[in-house]
Amino acid sequence: MTTISQTLPATRPERPQKVRKPRTRFGDKLLYSYTWLVILWLMAPIAVMILFSFNNTPGRYNTTWRGFTLKWYSTSKLGEFSDLTTAVKASLEIVVVATIGSVLLGTLIGLALGKYRFRGQAVLNLVLFACIAAPEIVMGASLLSFFTQLGVARGMMTIIIAHIMFSLSFVAVIVRARVLTLDPSIEEAAKDLGASAFTTFRRVTLPMIFPAVLSGGLLAFVLSIDDFVVTNFTAGGVTTFPMWIFGTAKLGMPPQVNVIGTLIFLGGLVLAAINLMASRRQNR
Amino acid sequence: MTVVTDRPAPVSSPTPEPARRSGLLDRMRMRAVPYLLALPGSLWLVVFFVAPMIAMISLSLTQGDIGAGFQQTFHWQNYTHSISTYHVQFVRSLEYGLISTVLQIAIAYPVSYWIAFRGGSRKTFYLFLLLLPFFVSFVLRTQSWNFMLADNGIILGPLKNAGLLAQNFHVLATTPAVIGGLTYNYLPFMVLPIYVALERVDPRLIEASYDLYASKVRAFTRVIFPLSLPGIFAGVVITFVPVSADYVNAYILGGPKNTMIGNVIQNNYLVNQQYPEASALSFALMAVLLIGLFGYAKALGTEDVLEAAAG
Repeated sequence: MTTISQTLPATRPERPQKVRKPRTRFGDKLLYSYTWLVILWLMAPIAVMILFSFNNTPGRYNTTWRGFTLKWYSTSKLGEFSDLTTAVKASLEIVVVATIGSVLLGTLIGLALGKYRFRGQAVLNLVLFACIAAPEIVMGASLLSFFTQLGVARGMMTIIIAHIMFSLSFVAVIVRARVLTLDPSIEEAAKDLGASAFTTFRRVTLPMIFPAVLSGGLLAFVLSIDDFVVTNFTAGGVTTFPMWIFGTAKLGMPPQVNVIGTLIFLGGLVLAAINLMASRRQNR
Repeated sequence: MTVVTDRPAPVSSPTPEPARRSGLLDRMRMRAVPYLLALPGSLWLVVFFVAPMIAMISLSLTQGDIGAGFQQTFHWQNYTHSISTYHVQFVRSLEYGLISTVLQIAIAYPVSYWIAFRGGSRKTFYLFLLLLPFFVSFVLRTQSWNFMLADNGIILGPLKNAGLLAQNFHVLATTPAVIGGLTYNYLPFMVLPIYVALERVDPRLIEASYDLYASKVRAFTRVIFPLSLPGIFAGVVITFVPVSADYVNAYILGGPKNTMIGNVIQNNYLVNQQYPEASALSFALMAVLLIGLFGYAKALGTEDVLEAAAG
């Protein structure tokens, strides 16, 4: 509060400074506890999922705590439901291809939108926005209508197509945001120093946008591995991990689901850590 | 999620290409670059996003079934019939969407406020904690709630055994369970934009309001809160549509009385295979949600929904 009162013109009579007590810590403490309460609420189902992956329950029904065990993490137990194993494999295959595909296509769009002005740009922005804003069920329903009318059989291929479609707009938006903050003179300098367009891209542009590409990739990964609705509409006979869980909704989850969920959670954490380190290094 | 924090393009200088002594061919090549970059992704979006939307709209005006094929007859009755059959679920979805969005604002605002103004050097850490749930599949999280809230599950079971709750007390298959699930699942999408808006509030403005003898409450209601409105607006834009169109929560946590329009669309497509009616319903849903969104934007005086959503 001093900044402004100091810059006030001296002609103004000095007002008696209102004596301000130090901030009431009570409100802060209340908000602090509240924030942690909300965080705990957000974590609760995940904590329970992880906890019950160690539950020593005799069979498929994982409902009451029976003591600690690591047995569900053994490969023989994990592979007990062959359809679950197939579903997880399908999910992993999809997530790898879809992440790579959407990162490639999305990064290129992001570069085009961030660096250049071109005809059709506004339309492209609008389509990207619509793609992000459209309800998932409508996207799924429209893809199903489309594939049915064309007589395209649904399966892995159609799921991957759909995942690339809904992830690439997110990647594009993230990369565009990063490109817009870049100083174009850096690239110009590279060109002035005799670098070819390709070298400039590889040695200058790409390293600068790389954190955004990584974040985009992480988001694409999460979106793809998590997706249920669009996948359900485009899957045909294929079952992915979220679809398998949805299928057991009324039966309850076997402990294997808890284990796989826990492992995917840890995998996501590792990816996030890599992402964080990459952006730290960049910002140094 | 990062979309939220992404600022809309501050108009940058047009094509800062180095002035080079270059031939016509080179210039043409330079000019083609953005088109070539945008082409593959744009084609993908046109073929697998725009075209399917058109396919769905055209399908919604046909008659027939998968076996016999669909005849384009501009059969508008698909709309009138399906809406009159399912208007209850339609209205319920919008109602759940509205209640859940309001709850999300109420829950998210204090959290965003605390992180933005008191988070100090640990802001990123708190935001990271709020985003952690996303590393577990949406369906799995909802299913985990189903597990926790089960009639004789880990929470209700002990309470019932201790005699604190009636034996027939249940949480699952009730409206609060579905709305709670929806609120839980979309809360981080509300926290982030509000946080971004609060983070951008210039502290000097708040100081100025204190210097002008505003009380803490008044500084909040007259300075901080109005400045954070764009964040709330963006949060509503991001969450209201997917919440109203959701069917996973209603399926897993709800009962027959909590069916939402998403469940109806899903059933009609994937179970009953009544494609024309189902596509009419999905198009109607999208139209209602988008009209609602634009109306809301107008009422709030924001000309550009896109900009608001982009943060």
